Amino acid sequence: MSVMTAEEREAVPLLDAKGVSKSFGTVRALSDAGLKVNAGEIVALVGANGAGKSTFVKILTGVLQPDSGNVTIRGSEVHVGSPAKARRSGLVPVYQEPSLIPDLDVRNNLRLSDTPEGPFLNWVNELGLRGLRLDDMVGHLPLATLRILDLAKALACEPDVLLLDEMTAALPTDLVERTLRVVRSQAECGRGVIFISHRFSEISQLCHRASILRDGATVGDLAVRPGVEDRVVEMMLGAGVETGAPVTGVGHVARPRGTPRLEVEGLAQGGKLSDVSFEIHPGEVLGLVALEGQGQDELFEVLSGLLRPDRGVILIDGTPVSFRHPADAIAAGFAYVPGDRAEALLMERSVHENIALPFSTHLGGWGPIRLRRERASVGETINRLQIDTRARGAVRRLSGGNQQKVTIGRWLAVGFRMLLLFDPTRGIDVRTKRQIYPLVRQLAERGASILYYTSELDEVPLVCDRVLVIFNGCVVATLAVRDANESTLVRAAYGLSPRDACGG
Amino acid sequence: MTRWIGKHAWNIGLAALLAALLGVTKLIQPEFGVSGVESLTRAALPFAFATAAMAVVVIVGGIDLSVASMMAVTGVTAAVLMQHAGDGSSVAVTFLTLLVGVAMGTVNGSLVVLTKVPDIVVTLAMLFVWEGVALLILEAPGGAVADWLMAAVVGGLGGVVDWVPRALILMVFCISVVWVPIKRSRLGLSIYATGSDRAAAFRSGVAVGRTRVAAYAVAGLFCALGGLSLTMITGIGEPVPGPYLLASVAAVVLGGVTLGGGRGGLLGPIIAVFILRLIRLMLTLMAVDPNVTTIVEGAIMVIVVMIGGLLTLKGRRR
Repeated sequence: MSVMTAEEREAVPLLDAKGVSKSFGTVRALSDAGLKVNAGEIVALVGANGAGKSTFVKILTGVLQPDSGNVTIRGSEVHVGSPAKARRSGLVPVYQEPSLIPDLDVRNNLRLSDTPEGPFLNWVNELGLRGLRLDDMVGHLPLATLRILDLAKALACEPDVLLLDEMTAALPTDLVERTLRVVRSQAECGRGVIFISHRFSEISQLCHRASILRDGATVGDLAVRPGVEDRVVEMMLGAGVETGAPVTGVGHVARPRGTPRLEVEGLAQGGKLSDVSFEIHPGEVLGLVALEGQGQDELFEVLSGLLRPDRGVILIDGTPVSFRHPADAIAAGFAYVPGDRAEALLMERSVHENIALPFSTHLGGWGPIRLRRERASVGETINRLQIDTRARGAVRRLSGGNQQKVTIGRWLAVGFRMLLLFDPTRGIDVRTKRQIYPLVRQLAERGASILYYTSELDEVPLVCDRVLVIFNGCVVATLAVRDANESTLVRAAYGLSPRDACGG
Repeated sequence: MTRWIGKHAWNIGLAALLAALLGVTKLIQPEFGVSGVESLTRAALPFAFATAAMAVVVIVGGIDLSVASMMAVTGVTAAVLMQHAGDGSSVAVTFLTLLVGVAMGTVNGSLVVLTKVPDIVVTLAMLFVWEGVALLILEAPGGAVADWLMAAVVGGLGGVVDWVPRALILMVFCISVVWVPIKRSRLGLSIYATGSDRAAAFRSGVAVGRTRVAAYAVAGLFCALGGLSLTMITGIGEPVPGPYLLASVAAVVLGGVTLGGGRGGLLGPIIAVFILRLIRLMLTLMAVDPNVTTIVEGAIMVIVVMIGGLLTLKGRRR
């Protein structure tokens, strides 16, 4: 791909970080992290949940100061003091969270960061985003659009080193393709790219090298070639961790008879959800697949009592119900795990309180809390999910994977009949993913019904018994998992299946 | 066009409300006319400056509880220094007073940013500090003010535009001269960005700390204008802070500035000042018990903000 020789690459590393360490109080987040990026190179930075990736990124981009170690850009040592300084020295990041200001329009956001408008619009076009107006308020744009704008903004600065942190996590498939193509062409122009992603397929498609971080130290640096994934995973997880046995039990559930746990008929809400009907039986994991914004968000919100449907019937064990408040849904045994963990967790409060909340509040009661019972079930949940409690004082300080475990764990502690999982593995490392899949199956075996929305198609055969595809607010396909190969799902998700009753 | 209306819906609504209230006042009191508007504007002047000060700080995502105290400090500073000053030195005193305001605002802002103590705590403490300073400068109401300054707020412009109150021109001029250039600059953008999402602003390369200090300094400047205007209206310095703190918060909220920061401007709050003053005037004209007046004012504020909230919610659903 690159025309440079190895010697030339060695000569001028664009970015070189060595021996970086950082502690927060008694928690040592980084002990010896390093990263080298040469011109024209795309380097994947990978690491399991809690390996220190986020901290390392913050240090590279100047949000945090390292305790020791140094970072050089183009051979000269830079003391990166703030994101503004990092930007001036040539390292431009695209963070995991959007860094656009919600209350300013697009034009003012560009002005704020001194981004030239012309190149920005070119990149927006190149990345496949149509119909953007510069006077659109950023707060009114969907998340996927914001990610593209963030990337276009970074590219318009013509950076030496581009850092992409989970850039593709919130993007629909077509935009991912375009994004990867643009990133590749950037590297061909001689720029360096640091690419952080939990999707191995993207890393193997795109990256030249992978630098692996484990427990706060850089433990390996491998050239990416076919088949390297296993080795990378092994290094990420360290010795003694099983590298993922296939989950058993999938699809073996014989089509259950009797009254379904949940029946949904002709559900409609707002402009997004027009006609959704399906059923889930006890012990079943029903997958849900859809492109961004096809009504899946509304479906989950209706089922969890956040939104009231305009039309349609929801039956639990054959009895019609209507939720006026999330507490009604919880009382009916419906547990909701939202896609955005921040929506579910009390970020400033402890792990203990977050897990204990749903059963201690007891649906509006203000009486005394039975502390011993609470401690026991919280402790059991923490053990069962292997939640890392080093930073248990405030959930905000946990890594993404551990936060997700807390969000799921709180429902294990209360008990439920129906679990609504909205993309539970979004932005989560491999190790936690591999803990979540068997957990989901186990819960189903014990009789719970699970609705599992996922944005990653390869998860479907790992956990689901049946799959539901929705497009434009309607169910367009229901497939048994053995028929649900990737191409069928993609065709259905794009509205190309034979049953397209829901014309666009 | 519809986009423009959508962006300025709140201000347009407030202006319509103000016009309607003016009409009702005229109905209640047929003599209400040019002189009525003139005295209303004059009374609104210090409130408008206090509100501008509060609005800037709220937009940056903070709050300043020491607004009224800073007005007292600057008011007495001007009154004491002008007591024996000629016309020439009174100009110098005016500028000095403005500088004192900026300095106090900078102290407030720096304390908030450097100590990392919540702004509400810091400025509550500074409320007492500045109040004490004002009493040290002038123990009891007194001092004097230059004649040309007093003349600047009384009466109309003269000639065919005599119906335009001087106080209004002074208000619009001072607030525009300070705010318009700031709003057009990177500082203005940074102020809105910081108030909207501090972390995102930091990641976009905004010097968040400096921006916040600057916003408090601008607020200090508006407080100095407020203190000066108070002295200009009464002719003396008053060391005990007036009812400007809560009134300014009320006008800011009614004016469409979100208390979380990042949204709104100065025009809305200024119109809101007039609305609140006019309601008070109307209730007085209707001979309503003054104690009931405050109840009505409070109720109107909650209702207007609530209706506004419902309308925005409805607009978003569509």
